[in-house]
Amino acid sequence: MSRRYKLWCALALLGASHALVLFAGFFAPYSYSTQNRDMPYAPPMRIHFIDAQGSLHARPFVYALKEDSALSGTYVTDHSREYPVHLFVHGSSYKVLGLFDSRIHLFGVEQPARLFLLGTDEYGRDQFTRFLYGGQVSLAAGLIAAAISLLLGGIIGTLAGFYGGWIDEVLMRAGELFFALPWLYLLFAVRAALPLHIAQWQVFLLLLAVCGIIGWTRPARLIRGVVLSAKERNFVIAARTFGASDFYLMRRHVLPQTYGIILTQAALLVPQFILAEVTLTFLGLGVGAPMASWGGLIASLQHYYVLASYWWMFAPALLLIPIFAAYYVIADELQEHLKSVPL
Amino acid sequence: MSAKTFIMRVTRSSAYLAVVCAVVLCICCMAEGGSAQILVSGAAPGHAGGKITIALRSDPKTLNPALATDIPTRDIIYCMNADLIHINRRTQTTESALAKSWRISPDGRTYTLQLRHGVRFSDGQLFTADDVIFTFHVYLDEKIDSPIRDLLMVGGKPVSVEKLNDYAVRFQLAQPYAAAERLFDGMPILPKHLLESAYQNGNFAKAWSISAAPGEIAGLGPFRLKEYIPGQRIVLERNPYYWKTDRNGVHLPYLDEVEFLFVPSEDAQVIRFESGDTDVLDGFGAQDYSVLERQASERHYHLYDLGPGLEYNFLFFNLNDLTAKQLPQIARKQEWFNDVRFRQAVSDAVDREGIVRLVYGGRAAPLWSQVTPGNKLWADSSLPHPATSIEQARDLLRSAGFSWRADGTLLDAHANPVEFSILTSSSNAERTKTATIIQDDLSQLGMHVQVVPLDFHAMVDRLLNSFNYEAAVMGIASGDTDPTAEMNVWVSNGGTHLWHLNEAKPATPWEAQIDRLMNEQMVTMNYKKRKQLYDQVQQVIEQNAPVIFTASPHILAGAKDRVGNFHPSILDPYILWNIEELYVR
Repeated sequence: MSRRYKLWCALALLGASHALVLFAGFFAPYSYSTQNRDMPYAPPMRIHFIDAQGSLHARPFVYALKEDSALSGTYVTDHSREYPVHLFVHGSSYKVLGLFDSRIHLFGVEQPARLFLLGTDEYGRDQFTRFLYGGQVSLAAGLIAAAISLLLGGIIGTLAGFYGGWIDEVLMRAGELFFALPWLYLLFAVRAALPLHIAQWQVFLLLLAVCGIIGWTRPARLIRGVVLSAKERNFVIAARTFGASDFYLMRRHVLPQTYGIILTQAALLVPQFILAEVTLTFLGLGVGAPMASWGGLIASLQHYYVLASYWWMFAPALLLIPIFAAYYVIADELQEHLKSVPL
Repeated sequence: MSAKTFIMRVTRSSAYLAVVCAVVLCICCMAEGGSAQILVSGAAPGHAGGKITIALRSDPKTLNPALATDIPTRDIIYCMNADLIHINRRTQTTESALAKSWRISPDGRTYTLQLRHGVRFSDGQLFTADDVIFTFHVYLDEKIDSPIRDLLMVGGKPVSVEKLNDYAVRFQLAQPYAAAERLFDGMPILPKHLLESAYQNGNFAKAWSISAAPGEIAGLGPFRLKEYIPGQRIVLERNPYYWKTDRNGVHLPYLDEVEFLFVPSEDAQVIRFESGDTDVLDGFGAQDYSVLERQASERHYHLYDLGPGLEYNFLFFNLNDLTAKQLPQIARKQEWFNDVRFRQAVSDAVDREGIVRLVYGGRAAPLWSQVTPGNKLWADSSLPHPATSIEQARDLLRSAGFSWRADGTLLDAHANPVEFSILTSSSNAERTKTATIIQDDLSQLGMHVQVVPLDFHAMVDRLLNSFNYEAAVMGIASGDTDPTAEMNVWVSNGGTHLWHLNEAKPATPWEAQIDRLMNEQMVTMNYKKRKQLYDQVQQVIEQNAPVIFTASPHILAGAKDRVGNFHPSILDPYILWNIEELYVR
């Protein structure tokens, strides 16, 4: 596969997945918080074209699930009636891009049947819906935290590299201090100290900001390195002799040379902070119930009974693999590109 | 009160039940050819020899019975020690142990205990009344700060103990105390000859630490210490001097060894049991039960669902007096919380059946009282069990001056939206799930509820010290079936009176009524009268809903088919209570 083709594939995949997540309300058949208390841990449902009698249907349909009376907690398919899958159905209300209300969902089935593409969780909530909504939290987490740490890292790295001397010394030693911080305990402490009436998502954003603030060291070091060599280049020295100010030099000549490394770092940091969200949720510091996040979906796998009994709970973890892979492909390609372009 | 004391209080009430006991009927007799007064167990005879392996959550913190607080420590100490009178885990009534008989004076304040003759500690030394006197001196010593001390305070004064002769002791109580003999359950008798010098020198807190050599430690229980490898396992061996036999005269315990492995999580314990590394298992959830169930016959083990235990879970609101605290936000919301109609409405909206099904996989009992269906002697069968009704809840709220906005949000009399948060412990998945279900139920009433899982210590600090919370989901695992064990929760100045701590005097007429009824049942000696009084307590609680009960999980246990005489109990220690009778088939 050519490198260019790989890059386009990765970009297309990321574009599609981000669009799905952004318009989760439309693509998901239900609300992320709707509990179906009669259907905890229902397995994924098959979409049929051929019914029990063997006749072909033009419109796909599903059979309803009902609890097995012999063995509680397991389900059997009720073949007595087909429920066709309709497009553009009316359902629970949601906000499009947080702006206006809508009730149109891309697909759905008639009540009392329900369509669970990826099964349900312990409260009988649709896993597919929760995966899409969970992406809103997790991708936002990745992007916001990465932006914060790159911004901080960029400013601090440039200042340290450009001025050198005691400024460099102080900033880099401070960076080492941040490296050594037991950030997990810091996050626990921040959470415990916050007032309770703050909404959970605000708490979560705050924790992410803390993550981003702690995460500035690595990009700062890399950028400092680039700046150190950039400022010694002849054209920079020439500009300086013509009387260019520090600010002008940084903006016009030094910073442009760091863009490559910043982009590569961004592509690496976003999945890293998505994983940080997974860790936070695993430790009970994530967004509160009933909101969904990818971390929350994966956290349920820590129980042995989930691993042993409900294989569909792995689906979110599997779906994350191509998304992460796409980010890394992009980071890789950017790096290759940088190598081929002389500074 | 610090978080630590709180945990200790909870364990104090829940714990310390541990005692050696025999099954069904136990009769005293003289053993053939000796002067020792042996207790004959009524359990089915088994075979001597063999070893069983049990998983514990963590290493013991100490081997000193006076200082034990956490469950793994108590479980190990339970196997190595014995008490005077103990509660039969099967009948939930008391029976003789090291005290072969006891007499209660008519005023209920004096207990005279006759001790068993010829009983020896696991190092071969004779047990006498001096050991009992020494033990209770240690427990009551304020400097030792034993968690047992609290249990020995009756009417605010310590129990006094005196020696009548080598095999008789007398306990005096400051006031009558119903079922005081149950207090002796779980109070291990210490060997004076081994611990006295440490006690006199002020080194008692260091005595019998986990680094103690096996030879330094002796007890009256069925097993004694053989080997301890930190982080891995502790091995106990048979106590050859143990004072019980089976019906055929075979000396108990049957097992040569008991091995405890340290396995830190429930999931890991389940996997170890399933793979055959451990022989018995308790403390696991309903979901794990159904996973284990599938392999039961192939892997040769049995599972037991004993029905609801004594643990009750509940939601409660912050009704504390906040005048001294700077918490205007919460103080404002207390206007709702203090209204019994608001609390009743919440209670009506909570889907207890849903909690039982989704949180506990059906292996729990929905609850409307602190007395669970597992408490055979004290459950009040006449208590109403109203079904979940959103309609009724709405009617109650309407009558209390609440109204609804067009979008369904509930508004109070001042048109403020009803929003509050529920605290749970992030380490307790069941309670967090319960809170999530309650959140969904209350959203149907238009209440905006946030679930806030916090680290356990952070949560306890808010509940007990700062009062900076609005509502919380908690559970209490009562240690004994007797209502007196619940005094600290329901009496208005009790240390675990969670919803309103440190009341100088009862804040409401119904709390005053509960105080009166609880104190009266404590000094009433007649069971029927006590039962009537305690039924009334439950009714007052039901009517005023200071807490909203949710569910009581079943006690689940498992054992390999090769373990004989395995009869788990709903009382702690669930599977170890008859450890001396367990045998390998």
